[in-house]
Amino acid sequence: MIGLTHYLVVAAILFALGVVGIIANRKNLIVMLMAIELILLAVNLNFVAFSSYLNDLVGQVFAMFVLTVAAGEAAIGLAILVIYFRGRGTISVDDVNRMKG
Amino acid sequence: MIQAIAFYLFAIMVIVSGALTITSRNPVHAVLWLILAFFNAAGLMVLVGAEFIAMLLVIVYVGAVAVLFLFVVMMLNVDFAELRAGFARYAAIGLALAIALAAEVMIAFGAWSAGGIQLARRAAPIDPGVSNIAAIGQLLYTRYLFVFEGAGLVLLVAMIGAIVLTHRERGGVRGQNVARQIARRPQDATRNTQPVVGQGIDL
Repeated sequence: MIGLTHYLVVAAILFALGVVGIIANRKNLIVMLMAIELILLAVNLNFVAFSSYLNDLVGQVFAMFVLTVAAGEAAIGLAILVIYFRGRGTISVDDVNRMKG
Repeated sequence: MIQAIAFYLFAIMVIVSGALTITSRNPVHAVLWLILAFFNAAGLMVLVGAEFIAMLLVIVYVGAVAVLFLFVVMMLNVDFAELRAGFARYAAIGLALAIALAAEVMIAFGAWSAGGIQLARRAAPIDPGVSNIAAIGQLLYTRYLFVFEGAGLVLLVAMIGAIVLTHRERGGVRGQNVARQIARRPQDATRNTQPVVGQGIDL
């Protein structure tokens, strides 16, 4: 029988993969955003697993709000990426120092 | 038994496709692996009986977010090979950090037990007689109505923000000038004449 711990381990591995993605793809802003999506997916998996195993529906409702924020974050992040690319011609994170005072 | 097989299938697939998302050389492939990861995560959620969130994951993530990523990846003309520089060096640090992080979380799971949780004080116990979608709808449109509308506001702000950020005025394009259209009066635009039959009119 699949228990709660199985789900938590899968979500923890997925979360760690997202962290690796952020650190390893230091130069590629698009893959960093994808890694953030992976992290949010892991969080959602945790919410749904706890919701199901504790028989409480609020976890699933909250997972929906996490999904909303993730969608908004992706839209704004990609918009910033596009204007950054227009101004610089690159998406390397190392070059992000335009906002230095 | 079939549930365990399905769980391990989805779990392995979600982890493999997540790993390929962050390591693939071509960002288009990375987006496609991300889509596969979302599908398998949706499968995991179906297995625990959260059909609504699973379908939402497919619709929102695969249908909207991943397509947005694909658009941006294909729109930008970036030399992605150049961006890979230093991947191995950073990957070693990241892997060490991630293994430490995952180990910490799993040790916490080992120490965690449900004994201290008061199940009687749950906010919304799941009623086995009501389907998942109906139960979520009842909760969402009553107790969490204002939070739900706040979520809609977040999406509205995100939409307006994305448009404002990426919109640019381009010269040489004939666009609509609303003020000029409204300021135009009928007498400037039309003229009543009574032409003699057979002669036509001069414009």
